[in-house]
Amino acid sequence: MSTPLPEIPGTTLFDSAQARKGYALNKMCFSFNEQANRQAFQADEEAYMDRYGLNDRQKAAIRARNVLQLIAAGGNAYYLAKFAGIFGLDMQDIGAQQTGMSKEEFKAKLRAANH
Amino acid sequence: MARLIGGIGTSHIPAIGGAIARGLQQEPYWKPFFDGFPPIREWLAATRPDVMVMFYNDHGLNFFLDKMPTFAVGAAAEYHNADEGWGIPTLTPLAGDVDLSWHLIESLVDKEFDIVSCQEMLVDHACSLPMKLFYPDGEYPVKVVPVCINTVQFPLPKPGRVYAMGKAVGEAIRSWDSDSKVVVVASGGLSHQLDGERAGFINKRFDLRFLDSLESDPEWATRFSIHELVEQTGTQGVELLMWLAMRGALAATTPRVQRLHSNYHIPISNTATAVMALEAA
Repeated sequence: MSTPLPEIPGTTLFDSAQARKGYALNKMCFSFNEQANRQAFQADEEAYMDRYGLNDRQKAAIRARNVLQLIAAGGNAYYLAKFAGIFGLDMQDIGAQQTGMSKEEFKAKLRAANH
Repeated sequence: MARLIGGIGTSHIPAIGGAIARGLQQEPYWKPFFDGFPPIREWLAATRPDVMVMFYNDHGLNFFLDKMPTFAVGAAAEYHNADEGWGIPTLTPLAGDVDLSWHLIESLVDKEFDIVSCQEMLVDHACSLPMKLFYPDGEYPVKVVPVCINTVQFPLPKPGRVYAMGKAVGEAIRSWDSDSKVVVVASGGLSHQLDGERAGFINKRFDLRFLDSLESDPEWATRFSIHELVEQTGTQGVELLMWLAMRGALAATTPRVQRLHSNYHIPISNTATAVMALEAA
């Protein structure tokens, strides 16, 4: 427990620090399993974020629809996927956004893993 | 006593659900993935198992961070799928096998795996999609007992511990007073990473080595720590824990397995996909 593990570049493990930091944000995203909640969010994003007690950093990341910022604010990939689903974004859209690529470039990167 | 006749591992990407709903199985993008399944279906049709014990990981449908079990065993008569938030169709409920559930729960705790029992449990795409891939007409002639392994909240259970838990499941199946034929299923992707600047990470070399190990060197992957597995396979590649549990179960009941079929394809969504059937020799 005492020796910190080596960093994995571009990777945030959802550990205890992330879990504590991101609880409100993840709880809000978990609520998006239900259609009524997705609609309530879309009807008034600010009120919905207040209801779940998001902090300013989390709110800014939600407003920006920025996945890397959401992870930095404690978001977990599995719950953030439900947030992305509201906007019809798939995993390749999200991958492209995080890697700074176009979707086509990101798909090409995936295909290249075959070789 | 019940008989464990084999194991199946498969990926479970949500997009598969969309592809099935839209009938895209023969499209060039999807065909190399779906073409991996007919041999599995033929084996199931020939062997006609009665029950499947399904090792899977929940993606935030049934379990949230408020209560996150490391290992959870379903004990319901029926398991429903539900809206997961991204518009894939909800699939047919699965019939449970409550007798096997409680036998598993009692056996696992007796072997000091202090699991959580769940008499109500929603199952997400990781449980429902493999069934639809195995039985595409949507009529499932098997009962299911889901065993959920945490891959959401670190610390995750160690690979060696997951393998041992799988073994305990295999021993429980073998000691179950029933004439049922049982198959163990692993529902999890091989290498993939959804989050971070490293999104899209895939490690074909490791995946193929891992698939080979399942046939002849089943404990190979237990030498890695979770941290090393993330490094080698991506943040969601740790879902290969499901495959280790499945293989552990087989190891408890048979000295050897035979690879009946396997298929590996890159990419579907952000993942390396695989399907594999192992028969108890």
